[in-house]
Amino acid sequence: MTDFSYTILIPLIPIFFFLIIGLTGHKMKPIISGLIGTTGLSIAAILSYFTAYQYFFNTEKIDGAYQKILAFNTVWINFTDKLHVDMGVLLDPISVMMLIVVTTISLMVHIYSLGYMKGEKGFARFYAFLSLFSFSMLGLVLATNIFQMYIFWELVGVSSFLLIGFYYEKPSAVSASKKAFIVTRFADLGFLIGILILSFNTGTFDFISLTDIHGTAIASGSGIAFMGLSTMTWSLIFVFIGGAGKSAMFPLHIWLPDAMEGPTPVSALIHAATMVVAGVYLVARLFPVYAISAPDGLTVVAYVGSFSSLFAAVIACTQYDIKRVLAFSTMSQIGYMMVGVGVSRYGGHEGLGFMASMFHLFTHAMFKALLFLGAGAIIHAVHSNVMTDMGGLRKYLPITHITFLIACLTIAGVPFLSAFFSKDEILTAAFHHNKLIFFVQLFVAGLTAFYMFRLYFRIFWNRDTHYHHTPHEAPLTMSIPLMFLAVASIFAGYIPFSKLVTSDGLPLEAHIEWIVAIPSIIVGLLGISIAFVMYKKETTIPQKIGSSFKLLYVGAFNKFYFDEIYLFVTKKIIFNYISRPVAWFDRHVVDATMDGIAWITNAVSFRIKGLQSGQVQQYAFVFVSSAILLGILFIYLFSI
Amino acid sequence: MDILSLFVIIPVITVLAIILVKNPMQTRLISAIGMGIQLLLAAYLIYAYFAERNAGNMDEMLFMKDIIWYEALNIHYTVGVDGISVAMIALTSVVVFAGVFASWKVDFLPKEFFISLILLSSGVFGFFISLDIFTMFLFYEVAVIPMYLLIGIWGSGPKEYAAMKLTLMLMGGSALLMVGLLGIYTNSAPNGGPLTFNILEIAKVHIPIEAQRMFFPMTFVGFGILGALFPFHTWSPDGHASAPTAVSMLHAGVLMKLGGYGAFRVAIFLLPDAAHELSWIFIILTSISVVYGAFGAIVQKDLKYINAYSSVSHCGLVLFAVLMMNKTAMDGAILQMISHGLMTALFFALIGMIYGRTHTRLINEMGGLMKVMPFLGVAYVIAGLASLGLPGLSGFVAEMTIFVGSFQHVDTFHRVVTIVAVSSIVITAVYILRVVGALLFGPIKNDHFLQLEDAKWYEKISTVTLIMAIAAIGIAPLWLSNMIGDSLQPIIDKLTIMIP
Repeated sequence: MTDFSYTILIPLIPIFFFLIIGLTGHKMKPIISGLIGTTGLSIAAILSYFTAYQYFFNTEKIDGAYQKILAFNTVWINFTDKLHVDMGVLLDPISVMMLIVVTTISLMVHIYSLGYMKGEKGFARFYAFLSLFSFSMLGLVLATNIFQMYIFWELVGVSSFLLIGFYYEKPSAVSASKKAFIVTRFADLGFLIGILILSFNTGTFDFISLTDIHGTAIASGSGIAFMGLSTMTWSLIFVFIGGAGKSAMFPLHIWLPDAMEGPTPVSALIHAATMVVAGVYLVARLFPVYAISAPDGLTVVAYVGSFSSLFAAVIACTQYDIKRVLAFSTMSQIGYMMVGVGVSRYGGHEGLGFMASMFHLFTHAMFKALLFLGAGAIIHAVHSNVMTDMGGLRKYLPITHITFLIACLTIAGVPFLSAFFSKDEILTAAFHHNKLIFFVQLFVAGLTAFYMFRLYFRIFWNRDTHYHHTPHEAPLTMSIPLMFLAVASIFAGYIPFSKLVTSDGLPLEAHIEWIVAIPSIIVGLLGISIAFVMYKKETTIPQKIGSSFKLLYVGAFNKFYFDEIYLFVTKKIIFNYISRPVAWFDRHVVDATMDGIAWITNAVSFRIKGLQSGQVQQYAFVFVSSAILLGILFIYLFSI
Repeated sequence: MDILSLFVIIPVITVLAIILVKNPMQTRLISAIGMGIQLLLAAYLIYAYFAERNAGNMDEMLFMKDIIWYEALNIHYTVGVDGISVAMIALTSVVVFAGVFASWKVDFLPKEFFISLILLSSGVFGFFISLDIFTMFLFYEVAVIPMYLLIGIWGSGPKEYAAMKLTLMLMGGSALLMVGLLGIYTNSAPNGGPLTFNILEIAKVHIPIEAQRMFFPMTFVGFGILGALFPFHTWSPDGHASAPTAVSMLHAGVLMKLGGYGAFRVAIFLLPDAAHELSWIFIILTSISVVYGAFGAIVQKDLKYINAYSSVSHCGLVLFAVLMMNKTAMDGAILQMISHGLMTALFFALIGMIYGRTHTRLINEMGGLMKVMPFLGVAYVIAGLASLGLPGLSGFVAEMTIFVGSFQHVDTFHRVVTIVAVSSIVITAVYILRVVGALLFGPIKNDHFLQLEDAKWYEKISTVTLIMAIAAIGIAPLWLSNMIGDSLQPIIDKLTIMIP
């Protein structure tokens, strides 16, 4: 058995560098702190690659299946006799795959930011936060139990909050960070309640015992029903709410577009490649439980994912801010991954969707990070992120142009680039399990190709915009990550995922089903062609189409008014209709009662203090009259 | 001299030394040294406690000492500690130590200020070591009365009103408590024999259920008022808002914990049947506290008010968990007391420091302070994150222990109130982020803020001490949680035996 205990270093190295940069960063030269952070991440990345190699090719399999390995474990706190939270490292195909994704993208972003963030105030702070995020995300993917996952889940949330609000003097960034935190926190409430129910029913937090298909945990709680669904199903649906919040699924997606207020490398790392897929990872992590004891939960996952991907794709077609287009595109692609796990079942070829979803998660991380970093290079060059300020940039930014084009072709599902394979597997899985979802996803594939090429043509072709100063190509620190990711986007599809990452650890026969692949290719090319016609040159077609579908267009342009609903709930309901009355009630009812008691005491003593006048005549008068009154009373009482 | 009595004696000696010195600098130094020794002593106490336990001493209370004080009524000075008291003593010494440094620059009657402050702390220490409910009550009053002077003289705003209100409400609580404690005393020997105030002795007998029904509400509410039990919490916002920095720190950080501590050490431990029977009423009240306090905090504009309401919410959770009466939840309650004590002390310290610079506590008049005072800003963010329960800081550990513990009850009622209490984590996030956003981020609203300085050395000592304690508990909670959990066992045993 290979010893994997060194893997605990993978998350510990970034947190160590976080502390160094955080405590001493303001004293060192900015670039030094950047280099320190990058070095730390490189070490973590090398260890991760080594771990992946060891795990996939040098570890004993049992019955040909990859096993879950508990590489490191220590008790963190004891709750009850059965429930205890551990901190540790769990290695299995999906966590090892995530290690690669997280460290690769994080390293690329570290390098890229050396150029992108150059000269920014708070350069050291930026690198400290990046390290903090990397630590939290690695802790999340390596979690041995659901509570450890929740702990790191909160930590990635706060790192995301800190990085979105990086430009803290900008009010829009501050409110975006607040929104992101509060919306995901609300979702985490569901997650926490889910954990409480789940752990109570199964008596464990531990992933290995939870997901053991022959274990007792998986069978417990499925008998008791509430509103037609078993307790297990309810707990898993609650857990999924947490996942949906972090993965920006409808209707908890509202924080993601605003999160683009953060620096662009952050958007690439956190809000495209790693943190936002945590929800998919969560479902994948608990997949055997979902698939065996709560298939209804998976149905919910599939429909939520499918609707979100359609919803986001429609909005993405109308946005002008290039980062927001990419944000909605991310939401839409995560919807695909959710569909993948949602339509999947456990074991064998039934588990195709699971594999496809993980595959797509991997390829998406590469090409979406590339798109964001490319967008960063464009923003860096033209100092704007609105596409109406752009056009004809292909002449000025050749490297960015080529890499961006590769990413667009990949996401559009052009054959033999990575996303073609992964998306195709998802569509195949959907095709076999749910035809409705299949057709929705096919349509979304077309929309995806359309909005991506709308973006591409608007930026790099279309009219020649006059720029105040000539846009120049990004420095080498920025273009190297772009080129690396472009290569990854092209070739990641040839990684034999079906042999490595499957629902039950056993290899799986997956091949391209042309009945699904051909329509998806056609739809993709159609989307590209429409975008070509509309946006290659400056035309009036977009306005005409926009006005002929006015209602849909205006709705989509305003993101179907979900931001307004959010504002209504927070500002109106929580602030004005609950909190204000509570505060008023506290001052004017509860506190007034207390003051009232004091006032009555005062008033009574004020009234009766006249009795203590010190005048003998008055005392004598009171004494005599009281005596007479009492006398009369007694005579009356006794005479009856 | 036994180690526990030292906790009362050192403050007294410190006070005597302060009386003798002349200038403010010496006063401060002596206070700092006295409380520094106290802090080291607390650290030593933790060490000695573990040494004793590891040596196999499984007595319920360690380091016991018993002196007859007033024989006719069988009043003793009995002291002794278990893991819970040790934890509370450690909390108190950290907060008092930080409090001395936070009030380094008190310029109005500094000598008298430090005397009252340290006297107050000796009352608190005495309370936590006492095992005789009469002595305990005495120390309780020693802790509450200097509060009146501290707020009335060194306070701000409508300080006479606030001081009067706080003292009267707490005295009202004391009156109830006195009756309750005497009720326990008169029933402490139902089978004949001498009456006693000793907690351990009383715990051995079974107080008649009629007496329990009568005296449980009195004792619980009496302590509950100090622990900001809804609807008797309104002294807290006014009192805290007017109190000087160190007093707010001590009051919210430690004094309010006397309520929670007393509620389970006396009310629930000694009157378990009535506690089981009547807990539902108080569970409803405390779950209201939790949510209500948090909503109340959302709309406040004054930093201290926000924090006072937040304390209502967090202390409500303490009493809530105590009433759940199982080991995990009660463990969480103690952890929450410690965690809240530390983070609220940190909050009040920082608010005092910020107020000392900006001369306003209204959040809508501030903004962008992070830029001019990064140290204080970062500390404030850390305090906020601790308050909203970020893992790695103490608040998370405490809250999660409480939630998991409360959820172990199988009936619908406990489940529903638990979920109500859990929902407070979202509301807390809302008001914390609102404050942090308005106070520290955004553009600077007032030009003269640009000239403000960041924290001085003594302020840094105060802040860093508290932050380190918060982080230590948050990162490695196991020893503390086990220390508390083991000491809870006798209490839990008694609670389960009493269930017929």
